[in-house]
Amino acid sequence: MFDLISFIPRAVVQGIPLLYGSTGETITEKSGNLNLGIPGVMYVGGISGVIGAFLYEQACGSPANMRGFLAVGIPLCASLLGSLLMGLLYCFLTVTLRANQNVTGLALTTFGVGFGNFFGGSLIKLTGSEVPSITLSATSAYFSRALPFAGKLGWFGKIFLSYGFLAYLAIFLALISSYILRRTRTGLHLRAVGENPNTADAAGINVNRYKYRATCLGSMIAGLGGLYYVMDYACGIWSNDAFGDRGWLAIALVIFTIWRPNVSIFASILFGGLYILYLFIPTGMNLAIKELYKMLPYLVTLVVLVITSMRNKRENQPPAALGLAYFREER
Amino acid sequence: MEPKTPVVQMRNITKAFGSVMANERVWLDIYKGEILALLGENGSGKTTLMNMLSGIYFPDEGQIFINGNEVVIRSPKDAFDHGIGMIHQHFKLVDVLTAAENIVLGLKEPGRLDLAAVSEKIRALCEAYGFDVDPDQKIYDMSVSQKQTVEIIKVLYRGADILILDEPTAVLTPQETEKLFAVLRNMRDAGKAIVIITHKMNEVEELSDRVAVLRHGHFIGDMPTAETDAHEMTNMLVGHPVELSIERPDPVDPKPRIEVKNLTVRSIDGILKLEDVSFTANSGEILGIAGISGSGQKELLEAIAGLQPVESGSICYVDDTGRREELLGKDPLSIAELGVALSFVPEDRLGMGLVGNMDIAANMMLRSFRRGKSPFLNRKDPQKLAEQVIAELDVSTPGVSTPVRRLSGGNVQKVLVGREIASAPTVLLTAYAVRGLDIHSSYTIYDLINKQKKNGVAVIYVGEDLDVLLELSDRILVLCGGKVSGIVEGRGVKKRDVGLMMTRLGGAKEDA
Repeated sequence: MFDLISFIPRAVVQGIPLLYGSTGETITEKSGNLNLGIPGVMYVGGISGVIGAFLYEQACGSPANMRGFLAVGIPLCASLLGSLLMGLLYCFLTVTLRANQNVTGLALTTFGVGFGNFFGGSLIKLTGSEVPSITLSATSAYFSRALPFAGKLGWFGKIFLSYGFLAYLAIFLALISSYILRRTRTGLHLRAVGENPNTADAAGINVNRYKYRATCLGSMIAGLGGLYYVMDYACGIWSNDAFGDRGWLAIALVIFTIWRPNVSIFASILFGGLYILYLFIPTGMNLAIKELYKMLPYLVTLVVLVITSMRNKRENQPPAALGLAYFREER
Repeated sequence: MEPKTPVVQMRNITKAFGSVMANERVWLDIYKGEILALLGENGSGKTTLMNMLSGIYFPDEGQIFINGNEVVIRSPKDAFDHGIGMIHQHFKLVDVLTAAENIVLGLKEPGRLDLAAVSEKIRALCEAYGFDVDPDQKIYDMSVSQKQTVEIIKVLYRGADILILDEPTAVLTPQETEKLFAVLRNMRDAGKAIVIITHKMNEVEELSDRVAVLRHGHFIGDMPTAETDAHEMTNMLVGHPVELSIERPDPVDPKPRIEVKNLTVRSIDGILKLEDVSFTANSGEILGIAGISGSGQKELLEAIAGLQPVESGSICYVDDTGRREELLGKDPLSIAELGVALSFVPEDRLGMGLVGNMDIAANMMLRSFRRGKSPFLNRKDPQKLAEQVIAELDVSTPGVSTPVRRLSGGNVQKVLVGREIASAPTVLLTAYAVRGLDIHSSYTIYDLINKQKKNGVAVIYVGEDLDVLLELSDRILVLCGGKVSGIVEGRGVKKRDVGLMMTRLGGAKEDA
């Protein structure tokens, strides 16, 4: 029998990293930057948080000496810093040097994954662990701490209140991004930059500044997805390549939600659900069938792409200048 | 009348792009409550000069005074702050946003973004000057003239009292132009200073109070429009007296060459582009095609050239011996072999026909690369042809190996038209051959077309400038919304009648 009450929380925790990734990528794409480096950025966000947490745990010696504020703050700042640097690197290459965005993005993904695996591997060596992973359960405990009364509220508590603070932050960020994009002057300017940078420039908007800020902010938000994955979802256990293809799913999610972070809240949970559906549907021992189920999120994205391009409504199209470098002199 | 003081004074303005002097020690005064026409050929520096006033470029030398105070304009925002707004030839609007959103774009008003209040303010402006625009309409749903209106409101919304319009009528029908002129006069009467950049003499005469002429980046002179005439202005413009009328030799032995019957074309989206179009193009004759842009001109030429799927109808090619051949169903290559040449100058000039990154010789080869049996390309003949086109049409280029995209617009067009003519066509299809060219280059192209006509080629000429169509064509086919609105003799027809036919089927009926 299909157990909805245990399925939904699992879909949510699967969905949160995707939500971070897609919110970050949506903000980035709205500025006309197609950052295909998001998988790498999320990877770096994760490993930077791990490095921060590892250093703090080592400095404290035993979990009893750790303070909650620092245990959360240090990995958080490390993660934000790591992904910010990735965002800056992307901007420097594509905005300042006007390199090709696709190539830069893909290179950044390769770089990010390599960076993560290198430092992940080094840390594993340092701990001298038997298994190829490092465990930061003390830090993870702070990250995944749910509201104390959540357990007493039965199914309601389980579905809505059983998550760590980063999950709620993701939803909050998605809502606020949506609001900013649709209702504020900053959002209007950002959309103009992504749609038609020439026009934005002529209207007195600093195109490069908007591109830099949106891309860096987007990277930092996406990086939090990596942090959430390690600290909350994976209970503080880092092992190389465990993050998988979640970054690509986040990019697919941007298209799926037709560039709307608020829609992404539900869409990411749907994707998360589709991602783990194979665990809840009896497939027997046949691994091949499981792999087929794992295909579902991508299939859904393809279907949505077909439907949105068939409807051909202008509002549902990607930002018109997406993927193009902006030269002021070119008219 | 009291002596007016200029609101803008430009003094000794100099701007160079590389080694090219775009403006050299230009003086210009702009007055309140006056419409100034800035007249000049292509490349005479009129747009550059105004771009310096609107903050797109920064002058190398010289001063700008506004209301007597010297100012420095470094960005469009500085220009706004001084009350200067420019409406560019290519609209700077974001398609997926509404008119109101576009109008407030880039404004740094305090407080929340309140689009309802913005719309209210826009409606008030529309009322005051007689604009007709819905603030909540998306730009992509708008016609060209509505977009232009949004641009003008955008500038007024920012409180500009100096408006610069860069060739505002280039994309409008005669009727829309009238409407625009009425609005501009309203604004002038409300005390705004208005500058229109143009190279159309009739507009200068009709609209402006004063005219200033630029030539090769130099300021030649200015005077009240009432005290001058087209001839004097042309002399100032070109520097030496020119013959204004276009030559129109009588057709030589006209025989039907292309017969189009009941042609109907639908676009991929199923929209009717041409409906039941029938006409005959004769050899040794220029058939002009008039119509608002997007009335089916492009589809018509492409259908003849075999590039456009046709729903129904027939297109017949008749050769000199009277043998008829159906073109429909033939591929573009075999149609081209019959001698049908298409030179289509699209809006971005390089979109169709030429490859920007390839040099002139290689572009010549695009027509001839199939010749010969050898797997290797013959580079010699195209090279020769390129040199010939450069010499004959006076293309200014550093050499045959310069990528076409580095040439100026006029020269690109010469290369394209030159190549098509060099293929010795029996039918020459040309669209917008003089788009954006100055008078001089335009006449070179007209001469070329006339030469083809004298050689017995059937020329189908799609043009934008009605005056030219009226002077050049032997007959004019007027398209309106994909239908033939009428076919008139080029000699003796009134411009107004053709304009009416462009907007209304068989428009002349309205005349009574």
